Amino acid sequence: MEKKQKRLYTRIVILAVLVAAIAYTVYNTAHKDDVQLLKIGDNAPDFSLVDLNGETHKLSDYKGQGVLLNFWGTWCKPCKKEMPAINNQYKQFKNQGVQILGINIAQSNLEVSSYADKLGVEFPIAIDKTKSVMRAYNVDPLPTTVLIDKDGKIVKIITGEMTETDIEKYLKSIKP
Amino acid sequence: MKSITCECGHVNPEGTHLCEKCGRPLTDEDKKQKIVDMKYEGRAIRSKTYNKSIIDKIWNFFSSVKVGVSIIVITLIAAAIGTFLPQVIYVNVTEGEDIKQAYVDNYGTFGKIYYNLGLTDIYSSWWFQTLIGMLAISIIVASLDRGIPLYKSLKNQRVRRHESFMKRQRIFGEREMTSAEADKTLDLTEKKMKELKYNVRREDGVLLAEKGRFARSGPYVNHLGLIIFLFGVMLRLMPGFYVDEDLWIREGETASIPGMEGYYLHSNKFTFETYKKDEQKEEFNQSKAAVNSVAKNYQTDVVLYKAKDNAVAGDTTDLKQVLHHAIKVNEPLKYDGFALYQMDFRLNELKAMNFNLVNKKTGKSLGEVNINLADPKKVYNLDKQTKVELKGYYPTFSGFEDGEPQSESPVPNNPAFIFKMYTPETPKGETSFVAIKQTLEPLGETKYKMQFANIETRNVSGLTIRKDKTLPILALGGIIFMIGVVMGSYWSHRRLWLQKTVDGRLMMAAHTNKNWFSMKKDLDTVTEFAHLPNWVDQQDDDDLKKKQEKEKEGDNTL
Amino acid sequence: MSLIGLSGTLLFIAFIAYLVATLFFGGAIKGTKQDASKSNKKWGKIAITITIIGFIANLGYFITRWIYAGHAPVSNMFEFTTAFGMFVVGAFILIYFIYRLPSLGLFALPIAILIIAYASMFPREVTPLIPALKSYWLYIHVITAAIGESILAISAVAGIIYLLKNIDTSKRTKSSIWLEVVMYAAVLVIGFVIVTSTFRIMGYEADFTYVDKNGAQQEITYNTPALFGMHQYELKSSGKMEPLAEMPAIVNAKKLTTVVWSVLVGTILYGLIRLILRKSISRFIQPLANRANLQLLDEIGYRSVLIGFPVFTLGALIFAMIWAQEAWSRFWGWDPKEVWALITWLFYAAFLHLRLSKGWQGEKSAWLAVIGFVIIMFNLVAVNLIIAGLHSYAG
Repeated sequence: MEKKQKRLYTRIVILAVLVAAIAYTVYNTAHKDDVQLLKIGDNAPDFSLVDLNGETHKLSDYKGQGVLLNFWGTWCKPCKKEMPAINNQYKQFKNQGVQILGINIAQSNLEVSSYADKLGVEFPIAIDKTKSVMRAYNVDPLPTTVLIDKDGKIVKIITGEMTETDIEKYLKSIKP
Repeated sequence: MKSITCECGHVNPEGTHLCEKCGRPLTDEDKKQKIVDMKYEGRAIRSKTYNKSIIDKIWNFFSSVKVGVSIIVITLIAAAIGTFLPQVIYVNVTEGEDIKQAYVDNYGTFGKIYYNLGLTDIYSSWWFQTLIGMLAISIIVASLDRGIPLYKSLKNQRVRRHESFMKRQRIFGEREMTSAEADKTLDLTEKKMKELKYNVRREDGVLLAEKGRFARSGPYVNHLGLIIFLFGVMLRLMPGFYVDEDLWIREGETASIPGMEGYYLHSNKFTFETYKKDEQKEEFNQSKAAVNSVAKNYQTDVVLYKAKDNAVAGDTTDLKQVLHHAIKVNEPLKYDGFALYQMDFRLNELKAMNFNLVNKKTGKSLGEVNINLADPKKVYNLDKQTKVELKGYYPTFSGFEDGEPQSESPVPNNPAFIFKMYTPETPKGETSFVAIKQTLEPLGETKYKMQFANIETRNVSGLTIRKDKTLPILALGGIIFMIGVVMGSYWSHRRLWLQKTVDGRLMMAAHTNKNWFSMKKDLDTVTEFAHLPNWVDQQDDDDLKKKQEKEKEGDNTL
Repeated sequence: MSLIGLSGTLLFIAFIAYLVATLFFGGAIKGTKQDASKSNKKWGKIAITITIIGFIANLGYFITRWIYAGHAPVSNMFEFTTAFGMFVVGAFILIYFIYRLPSLGLFALPIAILIIAYASMFPREVTPLIPALKSYWLYIHVITAAIGESILAISAVAGIIYLLKNIDTSKRTKSSIWLEVVMYAAVLVIGFVIVTSTFRIMGYEADFTYVDKNGAQQEITYNTPALFGMHQYELKSSGKMEPLAEMPAIVNAKKLTTVVWSVLVGTILYGLIRLILRKSISRFIQPLANRANLQLLDEIGYRSVLIGFPVFTLGALIFAMIWAQEAWSRFWGWDPKEVWALITWLFYAAFLHLRLSKGWQGEKSAWLAVIGFVIIMFNLVAVNLIIAGLHSYAG
């Protein structure tokens, strides 16, 4: 009798493991396209970029402050629309422990600086020449905005255009 | 649990066909058979022993070979259906084009139905994957159910078998013999069989010669290999086991490698070659096929760099050169578990444009301006008083919006510029908007113009970056499978039993799991040498009789 | 003589040797059981000797062409199919020396002859290699797979002989009809060879322009009178036959024309054969199988699957995966040719399971072996020519 019990349990375990493996495979195949490298709550990958003025910005140096990263390109229309709003809010929040960094995706200095001049952007803008920061943050569509809190954790990832009220709300949320 | 007690006293589990100890047929059905069924040595297949709880029923379902073969056949048919039309991964759709529409356009109503049924991505469908999963379950369960009893019975095999077992073997023979004669025969047989590389076991008046028993474990070994392989395939879905990224890189560009953190790639050159006439065989040149040039080589010459230790993303100071490599089709760059493949290319993307600063009236040039489109300069000085300022650059000029030129991509597909030209004649500068086949002078007519001289181009390589940590597991599975399948296919398990009976006979019986004709060759050799009884193949006998009966029937109808 | 000329001559010698050897194998099975066994043995010996000479010439073709081309001659439809035919003979020789059954040669050699004849209907030039084909793994993969398939083909040969002997062809039963269908299929291949070589000797060429499915203007040359025209075709050569019907853009009307021609000529040929024989082909050739031992045939069928299956697995799946990993960056991509290799493999796996556990021996097993060969041929012919994929050699 005991032997029979044991055999039953063995069978249950084997079948359960196999069924779980199949379920896992099927689920993963169905969702493999929306696998994201970064999730909310993850540590924001550290990076270091030089801005247009030659200053180096290293994310880990901003520990204790909230950071907004805005990935953009000059050809991207929504980026252009939200840029002035971000700039406005930058002026409001820059002394409240919130950093804003615009990260351009691998364009030429001339394009980026003339664009920034034309729009009167005051917050620092760096060019990700090798796209390594873009790849570390798994950025696909532009604009993408990443909010990072004072502990270096990702709070929110926004893809697409933001309104000024949105930006204000977001910046408040990461204010230390 | 029910059990069957054999006449010899051994208690066998229910479902046993041949007594585990002496080999007597146990059921009435088995007793009636002229030749016993030697599958799994007549042992009870585990699944056949209980069939009570739902778990047992599921287990038994997967244990059945019939079910296993059915799953194989269904998988086979589904796989075949998937080849009727190209799968989605092999259909090229330009961006924004609907994949379903592509099927309708190319294959009409059939394409539409095919797409709607989900057959265009059949191999990633949940049911196809489930099918493969069920196959895996079937392999595991059926192997456990059969392999374990088989292993036990072969391991505990006795030399002495019951007469009814011997008589019901396919090859059987007997002869009257004195005890001394019989002993001599046994000795001779032992000698000969040992020469033939059989293992020989003797007990009092009985002999068992056996060869190639390991062949019986072949199927279980190859099933193990398959399971390991499937496990590897499953594992690649786990994050970190598998990287599959694409990288477009231009000549002269340095880019971070997606999926390969801390590494950068620099492309020196992309080469696309076709065969020249004199490299092709003469008779090929004369054939119709030679009208189209045949591709010879796709190659990207690259330099791999590694960032310094602890470098964070974006920090490209102190990149260390790791290696140079020419990535070609069939010759990927392999490093640190990653492999970079040559997959695609774009030829002749604009790299630089040259303009002459020309006096419209005289046509005289004041000098040439070379604009690197990847990194245009703000000012191009020609001499002390002559310079050209680049006020605006639009890589893919797409028209004006609110009087301002727009660019719809960062790639120089249709570059446009706003130049401000300073010359000794026009020290205040003149503004001109220059695009391909279009020049505007928004701030009034100018005396000078930027006259297009020529372009420089560069090629773009499409690379794929792969890392597959499951490859060693897959290789292991493959190797084990091959070992198992070779064991099971190229060797056979042969056995010869001899038995001296009390009433003065010598019985012989033989069995092999396959290749009876080769077994018979062994038997012929030993029979001649050791004067064994003349044996018959009882199955041949069967056939013969059947045929004779058939012929008789034929005679009757005449 | 140039190397390529020598290569062609050797192939021709092999072809003739196989034909002659077939006749001798025929001699080896003649006569009644009692009186003829000695002379049969002699005939058999001569037959296998000629076969081996042919095979050596065939190998000579393979090697000289390899040296001439600078790459293994398995890189287009002609080369691969010829190699397959050669390996079928090789596999036959191997099995012959295990079981020494002359009737096996009587059926295996004609099949190899048909395969080689079929192969020579394709362009025979040495094609320059595209980059994807420049890989030692590719040659290893293709050659091993072809060897595996040819050993598996021998099991179908044994199966056909088994069926011919076992099925009563004088009665119209399901199995006797299906057996005749197999014969008919072989005649269709002859039909294809006749059509193609006739028009080739005549030097028939008709140039057309047409509009492909992407709307682009294309050119095509028919080597047989066009029965079907490509989408919006226009005949460019003068004095050639106008197509009878136009096909939509998704159908390759040139291939369709060839198929229909082959079926037409093959069917006429079949009809003629029936008229002359006054009985079905299977009934006519049945006496050739009568001397064989059913059990032996069954064992040969099973044994060749056992020998061929591991070779096939290694060549068509494992080496293929290694090559695919090197060339395409993934070991498996569900390309039609890959899928059909998997289907073949699954089929033979089912065959082995049915045989081992369900006791499918004898006639059932023989039918399965024949079906397996059909799948292999489908993979070779249809998948290459109809279902385009990465492997498509283009015809």
